[in-house]
Amino acid sequence: MNDASRCLELVPLLCLAGFLANGLFGRRWSRDTAGVVGTAASVASFLCAVVVARELLRTDLPVRADLWSWIDIGELNVRFGFVADRLSVVMLLVVTGVGSLIHLYSVGYMSHDSSPARYFAYLNLFMFSMLVLVLADNLLVMFVGWEGVGLCSYLLIGFWFEDPEKASAGKKAFIVNRIGDFGFLLGLFGIFIVFHSLDFDTINNMIPAVQDRLTGNIPVFPFTMVTAITLCLFVGATGKSAQIPLYVWLPDAMAGPTPVSALIHAATMVTAGVYMIARLSHLFVLAPATLAVVAGVGAATAVFAALMGLAQNDIKKVLAYSTVSQLGLMFVAMGTAAFSAGIFHLFTHAFFKALLFLGAGSVIHAMSGEQDMRRMGGLRGRMPATFGTMFIGALAIAGIPPFAGFFSKDEIIWSAWNAPGPQRIVLGVLASLASVMTAFYMFRLIAMTFLGSGRGSAEAHSHAHESPWTMTLPLAVLATLSCVAGFLNVPELLHGGARFSKFLEPVLAAAPAHAGEHASHGAEAGVMVLSTILAFAAGGAALWIYVKHPGLPAAFFRRSPALAGLHAIVRDKFYIDEFYDRAVVRPIRTTALLLWIFVDVLVIDMTVNVAALVAELLSESLRRLQDGLIGTYAVWFLAGSMLVLGYFLWQLGGAG
Amino acid sequence: MNYPVLTTLILAPLAGAALLAFLPRENRKELRLGALFVTVFVFLLSIPLWTRFRTGSAEMQFVESRAWIPALGVTYKLGVDGISVLLVLLTTLLMPVCVLASWNITDRAREYFASFLVLESAMIGAFSALDLLLFYVFWEAMLIPMLLLIGVWGGPRRVYAALKFFLYTVVGSLPMFIAILYLYFAAGVNSFDAEKISAALQTSPLESGPARLCFLAFALAFAVKVPLFPLHTWLPDAHVEAPTAGSVILAGVLLKMGTYGFLRFAVPLFPDAAAHYLPWIVALAVIGIIYGSLMCLAQEDMKKLIAYSSVAHLGFVVLGMFSFTEMGVSGAVLQMVNHGVSTGALFLCVGVLYERRHTRLLDDFGGIAKIMPGFAVVLVLVTLSSIGLPGTNGFVGEFLILLGSFEASKWPAILAATGVVLGAAYMLWMVQKVLFGKILHEENEHLGDMHGREWAALVPLLFLVFAIGLFPNAFLSRVAPSVRKLNSQVHEALLKSRAVEEPR
Repeated sequence: MNDASRCLELVPLLCLAGFLANGLFGRRWSRDTAGVVGTAASVASFLCAVVVARELLRTDLPVRADLWSWIDIGELNVRFGFVADRLSVVMLLVVTGVGSLIHLYSVGYMSHDSSPARYFAYLNLFMFSMLVLVLADNLLVMFVGWEGVGLCSYLLIGFWFEDPEKASAGKKAFIVNRIGDFGFLLGLFGIFIVFHSLDFDTINNMIPAVQDRLTGNIPVFPFTMVTAITLCLFVGATGKSAQIPLYVWLPDAMAGPTPVSALIHAATMVTAGVYMIARLSHLFVLAPATLAVVAGVGAATAVFAALMGLAQNDIKKVLAYSTVSQLGLMFVAMGTAAFSAGIFHLFTHAFFKALLFLGAGSVIHAMSGEQDMRRMGGLRGRMPATFGTMFIGALAIAGIPPFAGFFSKDEIIWSAWNAPGPQRIVLGVLASLASVMTAFYMFRLIAMTFLGSGRGSAEAHSHAHESPWTMTLPLAVLATLSCVAGFLNVPELLHGGARFSKFLEPVLAAAPAHAGEHASHGAEAGVMVLSTILAFAAGGAALWIYVKHPGLPAAFFRRSPALAGLHAIVRDKFYIDEFYDRAVVRPIRTTALLLWIFVDVLVIDMTVNVAALVAELLSESLRRLQDGLIGTYAVWFLAGSMLVLGYFLWQLGGAG
Repeated sequence: MNYPVLTTLILAPLAGAALLAFLPRENRKELRLGALFVTVFVFLLSIPLWTRFRTGSAEMQFVESRAWIPALGVTYKLGVDGISVLLVLLTTLLMPVCVLASWNITDRAREYFASFLVLESAMIGAFSALDLLLFYVFWEAMLIPMLLLIGVWGGPRRVYAALKFFLYTVVGSLPMFIAILYLYFAAGVNSFDAEKISAALQTSPLESGPARLCFLAFALAFAVKVPLFPLHTWLPDAHVEAPTAGSVILAGVLLKMGTYGFLRFAVPLFPDAAAHYLPWIVALAVIGIIYGSLMCLAQEDMKKLIAYSSVAHLGFVVLGMFSFTEMGVSGAVLQMVNHGVSTGALFLCVGVLYERRHTRLLDDFGGIAKIMPGFAVVLVLVTLSSIGLPGTNGFVGEFLILLGSFEASKWPAILAATGVVLGAAYMLWMVQKVLFGKILHEENEHLGDMHGREWAALVPLLFLVFAIGLFPNAFLSRVAPSVRKLNSQVHEALLKSRAVEEPR
């Protein structure tokens, strides 16, 4: 085993060690020690990841680590193995890099909390699980990480468990994710039935050999095998990556500490679904029906969530819906088989969305826990570093050139407009629409938080202060990355080398060639220019309204009750939670209660009790011994044995 | 050291019980220390079953055979294979845990611990008996101490619960007894030795009618114990009324008698009938999973909730067994052990709370994590094992069962997999009600965290949760050869039954 693979093992194991250290001894340590240990574990893991990445770039061979044979029974032989190839190394660097920054930030953010050791233990455990998910060389180990991150998400959303709402939000996240995992498991079973293996390498190599089986129809449903498998897997992705119809847990997940929202619910865990599709891209391209569903769900989610983001007043909720919407765009890319575009947006989004969340955290920290933007405003002067970095984040996510989001989002919007078939118009319009709305709600957030004059209590505003260096340093690093990351993948149209896409090319499936439609560079340039103009316009409009004319929206809604009603529906999230509650949760609970009362208690138990009564009446006459129950039994048993013995003797006698 | 391991394991607890009888009944301390000593000693005596077990062999090991009633062909024949060896070890492991959980028994402690020791002896006997009549003797012998544990040391409705338990069990086991006698005569080898009977039946099979009746008689006895829907309603009552340790042993070991009985006797003796009734049993298992999970959502009493969750979990075990794939059946055997470990631990957790508050109602708790952080960690870990989070034992078992049964037929596995979602729903709901939120009841404000004895009972189980979860091969490699042997018997029958049905 060489040094690189030793390092690869260490990447997750260091985080596990951090978890164990803080979990077992943290309560005896001082507040700072817990933070330092947690951060050190994460940073050390990042350094190991860098070594692995360098090795990969130097040799151009995947770095592997094989730990032990986990489950070996029958045809199933699963090893606990890791692999860092071109795809996972991107994720590896994002997870450990952004993760380390967020650990550092947390040292400041959680400085007033009463149980820092538990916090850092969970955070390290999350890193470990996420790294297992990313590095897994087979589907089952990926599922270990997949469920592991769900567990950590549950623990961290409900971190302040004394608040029943927060505890409930955590539980909701876990259960909704489990619904997705149900799909994931079925997809995994399907893959095993076809490939008799769960190793990614084996699966990819065997695809040509089992092509007939994959593209053959399954019974009952009008699907091919591969469509059924990939659809099931995609159900898993909608759970983890918060897509329609399983997105409902993510806005509630904002109950967790803000750095957690940045790391888990923006930069890393929620992108797992996108990553999983990229991992299995060779399988997904064989299922055009699934790809269409993926793109459709992604586009619908992107617009739907952006719409809700427009009307939120809680700063974290805006960012939460924004995350759902951006994930939707990533799925549009996956669904149009532009896999590298999706991964690239995942990559840049990790920086600017983590930045935005951490910035929001900095504001919330300064405002002593206030999250309602209606009571903010004018914080620019008091928190210049937070304002400056968040403004860069907003520019990046809005798609303003030359910030990171411009390059990554542009590629997705183009892939939507350039999709095969007539659905491209729908996909294109939806993707562009989502992108315009993004610019609007982002600058609305900036305006309401930082610009204009303070609307909260004078006291709150006078206490507002810039955060300590442990918090502003990560902001600065992420802001820098949000400025420059886009240049990794400058499209050929702009005379760039598209280096990121080319880097990933060998590990991702190529888009199925569609009927020789090669759109001109002209169309691509048109879409790009139009997107940019729209982004500027929407951002400008938001600033104009919320800085210069903050009363305008309210006045507008007063004039038109219909629009006001519509706005209320959007603000109240289309009552989807209420709908799920009435249509799913309550009926299940009611059914359970009714079944229990009628089937268990009435039907079955009544039958038994009547039988018992009869037995008791019978035994009454036989009762000779003091202990009624045991007596009865002894009598039955004795009588039975006598009968049997008698039968034996009779038989033996008969035989003899 | 060479000793007849199985006989020793059966006799040692009996000898222990006899020794306890010599202690004065008011010496509680000596009694419980004595019981602890005996159970730990028995556990140590059982270790050769792990270390000297020949992995890779499908044959019976540690076999002992002596004539018992030669005139009738009854033999004292014991032995374990991959299917039973883990269950015997589970029994000897859970026993000291049960004694630790019974530390505060004051009422008739001598009889209490003696009952436990007699129960241990009978359970080990039932898991290792290879002679049908011997098995039946042990099977019935288990009933009496368990009945006493519920009926004497139980809660307020103990008599009702005990009577129900008794009725269900007797109604199940008398037909089995008759079927055993029928087999004795039908096989005509003048022996109750299960292997001899099985061999005789292979050369001259029963008519399908009597074979099916016999299978049903065995199946009824075992289905009650599992318990399979709709024969499960004795279980919640028995659990609610039983003392903590009684619940641990009931869930941990006694329920496995049912699933074990299917694998050891019902299926190998009547493979054709098993193949014939397979769809029905699978259907009941799937109903049990979904129905049991739904029941959990309607419970307010923690013990009832966990009891119903056992119905769901054992449904998974039966589903895996009746897939007759190597993964499914091995997963089922492993899941029997897993369920013993995790559900045993869950009942211990309920006991920890009950000892402090004398209530098990969910509404009487809330916010406990704040004052009992150690307990909170344990309860969450055990819950994760119960809902099958990867890395814990529950995942390996459930996953193998689902994958194996998916391979055998898709729909039951798909329906059963919804149990994975429901399982998370009810378990996390329970955890939230107990641990999270604010402390709502004054009485709960000064509860002490778990102490040394409670940790001592739970730590071995937590160790197993992760040991099996991360290194299941050590267990699976012991199980697999015997499972393969069983499957090959059944597959012939399945092929036959399909060949019969196909022409239609």
